[in-house]
Amino acid sequence: MLKKNAETIVSIRDVHKSFGQLEVLKGVSLDVKKGEVICVIGPSGSGKSTLIRCINALNNIQGGEINVCGIDLTDPKLDKLELRKRVGMVFQQYNLFPHKTALENIIMAPTMVLKQDRAASEKRAFELMQKVRLEGKEHAYPGELSGGQQQRVAIARSLAMNPDVMLFDEVTAALDPETVKEVLVTIKDLAQEGMTCILVTHEMGFAREVADHIYFTDNGVIVEHGPPKTFFNKAKDPRTKEFLSQIL
Amino acid sequence: MYEPVQQGKILSGIWMTIILSFYCLILSVVIGIVGAFAQGSKNRFIRGFVQGYIQFFRNTPPYVQLLFFYFALGQFTPTFSPDGWLEVPIISNVGWAIISLSFFAGAFNVEIFRAGIEAVADSTKEAAESLGFSRFQTFRYVMFPLAIRVSLPSLNNNLINLVKTTTQAYGIAVPELLYQSVTIWNDYPSAQYPTMLLVFVVYILLVGVLVMSMNSWEKRLRIPGYGQ
Ligand SMILES: Nc1ncnc2c1ncn2[C@@H]1O[C@H](COP(=O)(O)OP(=O)(O)OP(=O)(O)O)[C@@H](O)[C@H]1O
Ligand SMILES: [Mg+2]
Repeated sequence: MLKKNAETIVSIRDVHKSFGQLEVLKGVSLDVKKGEVICVIGPSGSGKSTLIRCINALNNIQGGEINVCGIDLTDPKLDKLELRKRVGMVFQQYNLFPHKTALENIIMAPTMVLKQDRAASEKRAFELMQKVRLEGKEHAYPGELSGGQQQRVAIARSLAMNPDVMLFDEVTAALDPETVKEVLVTIKDLAQEGMTCILVTHEMGFAREVADHIYFTDNGVIVEHGPPKTFFNKAKDPRTKEFLSQIL
Repeated sequence: MYEPVQQGKILSGIWMTIILSFYCLILSVVIGIVGAFAQGSKNRFIRGFVQGYIQFFRNTPPYVQLLFFYFALGQFTPTFSPDGWLEVPIISNVGWAIISLSFFAGAFNVEIFRAGIEAVADSTKEAAESLGFSRFQTFRYVMFPLAIRVSLPSLNNNLINLVKTTTQAYGIAVPELLYQSVTIWNDYPSAQYPTMLLVFVVYILLVGVLVMSMNSWEKRLRIPGYGQ
């Protein structure tokens, strides 16, 4: 496969992160190649969100190194804007801007941050709405959309920045079972188009199906990782086994 | 009811009250917005300065502030001579009243907007940040527009108080409605109670207009499918 020799786009080396006295990441390392889809799974409080938020500098780290698209995140003169043009993020609670329509939510960043022409941004926004299967909802406000629809607008909003990597933090956790699927389909489309994706998820079936690599975190460390087949069938660590037995 | 001279006084008093209120409303809201933005600054000194400003203007009597601005600071303002004889300060008593009352009400507005901003979820701010918005863009296009909707009821109260507080400009001889009314009833004691009644009525009308425009603004700001 092409991914084997692809360049590494996110590199995390021995990362440590504490909130006050509480050490949440205790030396985490992982690499993501261009076009790869990786899933991070693990029990609640194990540091999954913290880890993914470090990748776009929403959290700063106390030790180790993170490099994203050649940008060194530990550089004190880090250009956050440059980083955020490269990294898209989708949150559990969608976090759309409630006072803006779906279309406005999507075009705000391209016009204000990338200084793109408004007409071109709008045209692209319509395309993206189509891509996330929401054509016709362009002028709806977030409050007028279902959770699943809002989440797909949020995905379109991130995509409008043409990121190199997309981060998804439990983006289906707040949805009811029927709408989970429509969001997962959208993400799967993206993955198949070659978008590099880092997902925190509890959807094991989905992880098994789309992930190239699965990381299991517990208590701030990566306990075990591997391609889905090996991971789900031949887990070695007792903590992984216990977690999988509870969730599957 | 009144003779033409007195009628003129009343009308010019009403007009002055409207002018005072109008400029103070605008300026105090601007101060509130700028202050609320500055409070989110990374710079400790800027935050400390805003905090000091709020504490001073909120915890001292507005009337004393007004006297202080006019008499103490007024001494140091440069003057100009339109005709070579008169020395006219570049800031008149009306100017000082506007400045002092705006800073007074502005201190409350900063707090009001800040409370509104705190009510907006942190995660909304993070979404803006992770899209690459600058701090100013996040404030201008996301935080403030959402905060103002939360803040409107308290802002209403503060602005109503502000309109009523403009009567204190009387203390530095700004010829607003109360000042003009007092000159009338000093000359004609029999006019005292009717004139007071008139002042009440005018303020009820002025505040009524303010409340109505704030309500219609609130309606226009309502977001479809949000908080209903
Ligand atoms: N801003 C913060 N301040 C203090 N502690 C925090 C902060 N954010 C997270 N934590 C703590 O860090 C630990 C890891 O949190 P994190 O959100 O990364 O877990 P998670 O693996 O994403 O869990 P979940 O599956 O419940 O989302 C938790 O103990 C949490 O309380
Ligand atoms: Mg989490």
